[in-house]
Amino acid sequence: MEDLRVNLCGIELDNPVIPASGTFGYGYEFAELYDINVLGTFSFKGTTREPRYGNPLPRIAECTAGIINSIGLQNPGVEKVVAEELLKLKKCFNKPVIANVSGFSVEDYVYSCGKLDREPQVGWLEVNVSCPNVHGGGMSLGTDANKVSEIVKAVKKVVKKPVIVKLTPNVTDIVAIAKACEDAGADGICLINTLTGMRIDLKTKRPVIANKIGGFSGPAVFPVAMRMVWQVTDAVRIPVVGCGGVSSAEDVIEMMLAGATAVEVGAANLVNPFACRDIIEDLPETMRKYGIARLRDVIGGAK
Amino acid sequence: MKDVIFTVISNKKIANGVFKTELSGDTSAIKKPGQFVNFAIEGLYLRRPISVCDVADGRLTIIYKTVGKGTAKMAEASPGEAFKVLTGLGNGYDLEKAGEKPLLIGGGVGVPPLYYLAKELVKKGAKPVAVLGFNSVADVFYEEEYKKLGCETVVTTVDGSYGHKGFVTDALPQEYTHFYTCGPLPMLKAVFRQTKTGGQFSLEERMGCGFGACMGCSMMTANGAKRVCKDGPVFEKSELLW
Repeated sequence: MEDLRVNLCGIELDNPVIPASGTFGYGYEFAELYDINVLGTFSFKGTTREPRYGNPLPRIAECTAGIINSIGLQNPGVEKVVAEELLKLKKCFNKPVIANVSGFSVEDYVYSCGKLDREPQVGWLEVNVSCPNVHGGGMSLGTDANKVSEIVKAVKKVVKKPVIVKLTPNVTDIVAIAKACEDAGADGICLINTLTGMRIDLKTKRPVIANKIGGFSGPAVFPVAMRMVWQVTDAVRIPVVGCGGVSSAEDVIEMMLAGATAVEVGAANLVNPFACRDIIEDLPETMRKYGIARLRDVIGGAK
Repeated sequence: MKDVIFTVISNKKIANGVFKTELSGDTSAIKKPGQFVNFAIEGLYLRRPISVCDVADGRLTIIYKTVGKGTAKMAEASPGEAFKVLTGLGNGYDLEKAGEKPLLIGGGVGVPPLYYLAKELVKKGAKPVAVLGFNSVADVFYEEEYKKLGCETVVTTVDGSYGHKGFVTDALPQEYTHFYTCGPLPMLKAVFRQTKTGGQFSLEERMGCGFGACMGCSMMTANGAKRVCKDGPVFEKSELLW
């Protein structure tokens, strides 16, 4: 019997497969399709202090082996997430969940993380300093090591639960940012969020996406994520959640071999709503194929 | 919502750039006219949302225009070829509001989803009137099929090469109980402006997932942000902020 369990910042997961924020809503849409309790956990839709409608349409462009999105953190705001979405989530999911939080200032992060930290079902806070689709927040904070450090320190002061910082790959030195997170007291790191990208429609001769530039994800970015997971796990001691283009059980194991403790699956959920369930079902056989008895033993195994 | 394998039975061109594909597979998740399906196409990352033209036990009919790589690949499919299809997506039309003489206003590839609606309305004992608009005679399709259902059917062409010359909005009857429409955005907006009664609009938007997860197609309505794929694609006239 293969052992799929991993430990993420002190909480045991039945398996390392985690739907990534923004591709899984607050869970209940997917719970209509399958029992989402098969998941290790999931990271819910990026939540901000105030409600946000997000960016103008079109927000989606297709690419070879991937997708560009410019949603712009559409969400009902933290009060409504606590009052409504988490109640619905609780009905279909009985494990600790990852609360993904975004903001435009240190105070925003402190406020929203503080609120969500008090929710019993929230197991981890995922501090998203990497959304490329908002002005004056998200990624503009996550490209500055000092700013990231300031946010992490401020959040850590007001929360009890583990803080995982989700980083953007759109930086010259991912290791420097990751180290700044660790030094500021972060309990874990998740990488990568989307790479900035764009497409132009030949018929209209205009960018496909209304916001012109969006975040690129999907299988095409997997090697980039692999490289960054490798470099960051070489440099920090806190656990790293790998994310970027993961679409199969093989991808999960490959990313864990590079050093990831757990793995987030994003774009794949949008083309196959059963993607995470399928990956989890495929893991035991794939482990057998490669002679792996305990999945946690492969973490960083390629080093 | 179900993800199922459909096999092509037949595939033929029925108008200028417009193809009709019949497929066999499990159609049980398709509950209402106005819902859509999402086709996975080999070599392309995102699925292609296509409206349902007709459904009968295990048989799905779709009609679409070849506008890009995805629809071009679908149009080339031979009998026996299989596609993975996510079925039963979207809310569909509300038939309860139809009344005795509902009006169906279709433009171009907005004509197919109204066909399944017409069929269901006729089954309920209604007498639908269909106004179907096209650019030119070479683009016209499905007039006979609507007539065979027993619908009073009016065809318009922009250049006057067939039927009434002009737009669908130049040929709308005065007397009807409720309207249902699907077609290009400028047509829908013209229908919105010229109709005085309530009605239902089926919208199209660039989608990511097609089942409500990504928020790629969220649109602002009178009742807040709504996802065209999950909360729509059919919206009441009163919800639209046009």
